Amino acid sequence: MNRLPLEKKVLSENDRLAANLREHFRDYGILCLNLISSPGSGKTSLLERTLEALPQSECAAVLTGDIQTENDANRLRRFGFPVKQITTGGTCHLDARMIERHLADWKLEEIDVLFIENVGNLVCPSSYDLGEAAKIVMLSVTEGDDKPLKYPSIFFKSELLVLNKVDLLPYVPFNIVSAEENAHRINPGIEIVRVSCTTGNGLAEWMTWLDRKQRALRAGSPQMVS
Amino acid sequence: MHEMGIASLIIEAVKKEMAGRPLDRAEKVGIRIGALTALDQSALQFCFEVVTRDTELERLKLEVDCVPRRHRCPNCPNEFEVKDYDFDCPRCGSFAPECISGDELELAFLEVEEHEPTTA
Repeated sequence: MNRLPLEKKVLSENDRLAANLREHFRDYGILCLNLISSPGSGKTSLLERTLEALPQSECAAVLTGDIQTENDANRLRRFGFPVKQITTGGTCHLDARMIERHLADWKLEEIDVLFIENVGNLVCPSSYDLGEAAKIVMLSVTEGDDKPLKYPSIFFKSELLVLNKVDLLPYVPFNIVSAEENAHRINPGIEIVRVSCTTGNGLAEWMTWLDRKQRALRAGSPQMVS
Repeated sequence: MHEMGIASLIIEAVKKEMAGRPLDRAEKVGIRIGALTALDQSALQFCFEVVTRDTELERLKLEVDCVPRRHRCPNCPNEFEVKDYDFDCPRCGSFAPECISGDELELAFLEVEEHEPTTA
């Protein structure tokens, strides 16, 4: 019996495509953000609010993933930005090849910020690099405040935690301080914004974070956070 | 939850490796999975059996090496395994958030039974 060393990543093909995408995004000056949460946390609502609030000078684009239906893309198209639905047909996450394929006929030079709304799932999307500048994890107060401990991988890999539906806090047994402590336990460097996409509360902070990321990208240092 | 996809990627990698060895038979493939990947080992074994069943790789075994999450202390050179999200260095008590392993999803080795070409 002969043992051959393989020493390579299982997802090496995905990582290679993601590295190409990241290079493209950098060349075109596109801030690419990968938004991940459970189904129903409010990813599409956050994007609706964001597209509505973006300055006229900014061109956003959205790739939105779901197992089936064009519903999310239909909700987002009314803001006049390019939007494409990626229906995975059963797959529980987006991968770099799907992103590459769906970007093919867009004019990348016209896009400033690309939002990728991943398939609703806190587990699988965390393993697939899509070439994004940052992952953003969203958690809503109608879920459990221990979610960061139950699904640590995505909280560990995200730069920002968006805590959504804070207008419902008086009606649900969600301890927001405990949720934030749990997130910091998994990832001490994670930034947190509390928002309500229904009332608009906290959205200014989210837009400030977004603006800061764009400035950092333009300054030629996508990793810079301040 | 995405163990089926991962099992298929492992098989693809084995097939690629074996393409240049038409006479040999792959017996076992070894992978390393880190605690942060959230992959379930028994689900992965099950998916692996399903994707190899009734194929030329039916006899192929999967060996999984689980890699724990390890952190490095910024104050003393200690490296330690993180349990229950306690990031304090067990040696000096400093807060040590730097993760050095646990995110692996790697192919480690392939064991093949080699067959010499028969001379006709």
